[in-house]
Amino acid sequence: MNKVRNNSAWWLVLPMLALVTFSAIVPLMTVVNYSVQDVLDPHTRYFVGVEWFVDTLNNPGLQAALARQFAFSLTILAIEVPLGIGVALLMPKRGWQASLVLILVTLPLLIPWNVVGSIWQIFTRGDIGLMGWSLRQLGYPYNITSSSIDAWATIILMDVWHWTSLIALLCYSGLQAIPEAYYQAARIDRASRWAVFRYIQLPKLTNVLVIGVLLRFMHSFMIYAEPFVLTGGGPGSSTTFLSQSLAIMATAQFDVGPSAAFSLIYFLIILLVCWVFYTAIMNLQKDRRGEGPDA
Amino acid sequence: MVDITLSGLAHSYQSSPSKDEDYAIRHMDHVWEQGGAYALLGPSGCGKSTLLNIMSGLLAPSQGDVLFDDKRVNQLPPQERNIAQVFQFPVVYDTMTVFDNLAFPLRNTGVPEAQIRERVHEVADALELTSHLKRKARNLTADEKQKVSMGRGLVRSDVAAILFDEPLTVIDPQLKFKLRRKLKEIHQRFAVTMIYVTHDQLEASTFADKIAVMYEGQIVQFGTPRELFERPAHTFVGYFIGSPGMNFLEVDMADGQVVCQGSPLAVDESVQMAIEKALSGTATVKLGIRPEFVQVSAEPGEGFIEVSMDQCQDLGTFSILSVRLGQVVLKARVEEGRTLPAQRAYIRFPPEHLGLYVDEYRVEIGGIHNKENGPHGEGNGLHGEEEA
Repeated sequence: MNKVRNNSAWWLVLPMLALVTFSAIVPLMTVVNYSVQDVLDPHTRYFVGVEWFVDTLNNPGLQAALARQFAFSLTILAIEVPLGIGVALLMPKRGWQASLVLILVTLPLLIPWNVVGSIWQIFTRGDIGLMGWSLRQLGYPYNITSSSIDAWATIILMDVWHWTSLIALLCYSGLQAIPEAYYQAARIDRASRWAVFRYIQLPKLTNVLVIGVLLRFMHSFMIYAEPFVLTGGGPGSSTTFLSQSLAIMATAQFDVGPSAAFSLIYFLIILLVCWVFYTAIMNLQKDRRGEGPDA
Repeated sequence: MVDITLSGLAHSYQSSPSKDEDYAIRHMDHVWEQGGAYALLGPSGCGKSTLLNIMSGLLAPSQGDVLFDDKRVNQLPPQERNIAQVFQFPVVYDTMTVFDNLAFPLRNTGVPEAQIRERVHEVADALELTSHLKRKARNLTADEKQKVSMGRGLVRSDVAAILFDEPLTVIDPQLKFKLRRKLKEIHQRFAVTMIYVTHDQLEASTFADKIAVMYEGQIVQFGTPRELFERPAHTFVGYFIGSPGMNFLEVDMADGQVVCQGSPLAVDESVQMAIEKALSGTATVKLGIRPEFVQVSAEPGEGFIEVSMDQCQDLGTFSILSVRLGQVVLKARVEEGRTLPAQRAYIRFPPEHLGLYVDEYRVEIGGIHNKENGPHGEGNGLHGEEEA
């Protein structure tokens, strides 16, 4: 058979290219453009090369924000993933109870970020907030505006309350997809409850958990509105995360160049972490020959 | 190592069953003796899997008892019954290696590791899995996975029984044959009770010493493959076993003769008396005969009745002839090389091969079985040839 060579088919790629250009490349290139220039006013600019990148990486304030950001994301992942799995395991499998619990679990996900921040802001007030007031009545001098420990604990608690549902729902759907025969086989094999979880449920949840962890990591790494409304980044800068630092730089101080460089670094960090995580998980699933007992 | 007794067993998936149809298992009394190789044969939906799940403890029966020797185990979960079950579709523990999969049921009960290794290698060897032992189970093909599932059942040497629920569904035909032989070998080696559920009569008869045929929630016959072929206890067994199934003719009495569709049939006197007696009630009476035993002739003769030819299916070394007697279509098996009549034929039912069925159940009458001919015996549908 003669293969017809007609390269004009490449033109068909154009619409897709145009779309991607407008959705991703053009906005990103604008940022790249700013990141290598010093913009003094709309008519005066100088090319500065990688200067802003070097500055950003060496900025102690941003380094501290980055460290806080990682600490925050890892903490909420360490809480939300096991908790979400636990909740999913406890949720009823069928009947009206299942529907009811599904709705209740989904509710926090439907609340806008700002509203969550406001709810918790009021909730934690020492005078009229249920939690703040109760804790004080119990003798603990709870105050998120003066104690960075209280502020941190509250932000983490808020995020866990808001987002554990996502992990729980993903795991629930993953659990529902496990055929009954697996549980029957496990009973026949006299597996313990732990073994059923470890060797049947957890492996079958791997895929949804990868998605869940990636989503939660990206989300939490970009968190902005909730801590901003709740603590405003304080006390001091103890709860100022990367997004808020960026927002101050770009809008309050109008440092276009440094904030563009910062944005790109921010974006690359998220990309890198997700890629490393995904690759690591996928590698775990590969067949590693030569392990296990001798044949 | 026990006898498994089912006593007055019944099961319904409904909360308040009222009629027979509501039951998946209807009143069943049966004993599976220690060390037997049994098949549980029946069409889809007849309650085979339900019965298996009741024996293994995955399901609690609504009525009756399951006894392991003399111990009532109704309420015992599978973990405490010490029984193995292999399911229709492969179940493997994805993240474990094949070795760990096979070792899993033993590790759960704390068997010493050295013993586990020995046992796993023995089973892996029998199932030809040795070269895969280090692989992760998730990367196996469907039939390899099913071998692993079966291996997990076989690895436990002390079980009360190993139950197989159509385990070879996903296996391709060549390997199927090999695995059935393997199971049989393993059965002989370890003398453990095996109950094999299938809807394939060939599979049942190559594996089992005795077959239980299930129909509408009941075991309608329990016997050797030969008994099922020669003396089906129920019309369903007649239909289901054999290829094609048994012919059944609904009969009546007219002018002191047994007739079917207006044609008189020659039967033994004792049979005729039994038919007369059965017909005096409201029973339906049928005569059954295997296609292998129907005699076909091109010429009329003593005891032959006239039928019209319907079709002929050539199956190589023999043909299956369909003939029409009134409204009834009968099958007859004729050996290859015979010239067959084109329009009309004459058939005869040798009385010694006729079975009497009253309300679908076989009635044994002295004299009806004065001669025993197996499916491979000398009288294998050849009579017609000699007499034609």
